[in-house]
Amino acid sequence: MAVLVVAVLAAGTYAFRLAGPVLHGRLSVPVRVQRLLTSAATVLLVALAAVAALTQGHGFAGWARPAGVLVATALAVRRAPFPVIVGAAAVTTALLRLAGIS
Amino acid sequence: MSSFWRTLDRSTLRDIALVCLADAVVGASFGAITVSGGLPAWLPVAMSLLIFAGGAQFAAVGVLLAGGSPVAAILAGLVLNTRLFPYGLAIPDVLGGSWLARLAGAHVLTDESVAFALRQPDRARRRAAFWTCGIGLFAIWNLAVMAGVAAGRAIGNTGVIGLDAVFPAVLVALVLPSLADRATRDAALLGALIAMAASMFLPAGIPVLLALSGLVLVVPRGRRRSGEPRRAWMLTRPRVRDEPGATAGQDGQAAEGR
Repeated sequence: MAVLVVAVLAAGTYAFRLAGPVLHGRLSVPVRVQRLLTSAATVLLVALAAVAALTQGHGFAGWARPAGVLVATALAVRRAPFPVIVGAAAVTTALLRLAGIS
Repeated sequence: MSSFWRTLDRSTLRDIALVCLADAVVGASFGAITVSGGLPAWLPVAMSLLIFAGGAQFAAVGVLLAGGSPVAAILAGLVLNTRLFPYGLAIPDVLGGSWLARLAGAHVLTDESVAFALRQPDRARRRAAFWTCGIGLFAIWNLAVMAGVAAGRAIGNTGVIGLDAVFPAVLVALVLPSLADRATRDAALLGALIAMAASMFLPAGIPVLLALSGLVLVVPRGRRRSGEPRRAWMLTRPRVRDEPGATAGQDGQAAEGR
């Protein structure tokens, strides 16, 4: 099953990548469609972030992980460098767990 | 390649290196999370070589780790990667004329390589930036994922070092700039609420796809605003440090004053 996921996802992704350079000049994507594609990716990423940050299975993920993500979000808003954002998320969550807050 | 190094100015090379470094951290956590969650070691390595799209890789693995169906994993990854299509339209003169260059260049077309290409003032520098960033990222991403796989096996429980917070944190950092648009932000909030509610009872992967229904908030506004062609699809610019002139490339102006 995992092989199938990798194969289909790889083929589909490469098709999306190659379609632009190949179709250029023969196809113009309306601005509205471009906007919709952008928004779709954003909506998906935000939903993915929310679900990954807050849920585990069908329940709440506990406090440590959302706290780490919250710290990372605050740093991202303040335009901290990417490695700092990523590191702060892990360290915050790890320290909270070390302190017994899961 | 050596001419590429001379073509690009130092600050661009430094920014590309910083983005590669950031992605190395993300790649390593991807490898570690995947194996420590119980998936086989070849999976993250094969994904990184063949799919080479961090968001989609994380999304698909997230669904698989949560016990979701392969179809949901594939759909989540594919929807995320639709954005690569307009990227390819945005940089037609960058990949090169030969078919081999186009076929190879397409594979290293990412958020980062396209963003760096679009910031450059002329074709030679667009090409240099695209290929330098694309090849550099491909090499570093795959090495980092392998290192992460090794580390994940050694650590065992990656939750202890908080690695489960890394993925959502990365997503937030990537998506934040594109939330400046109000309609998109509203749609994303609605979508996230729908996904959260659905995740309480639906199998993994499906809730995130249901979030796309939040797009109803975007469609009517898009019609009203269909004005000048803007680079609306530039979703995730690399998070390089903001500096004077760093945004000059966005309106097609040369950033040579740096």
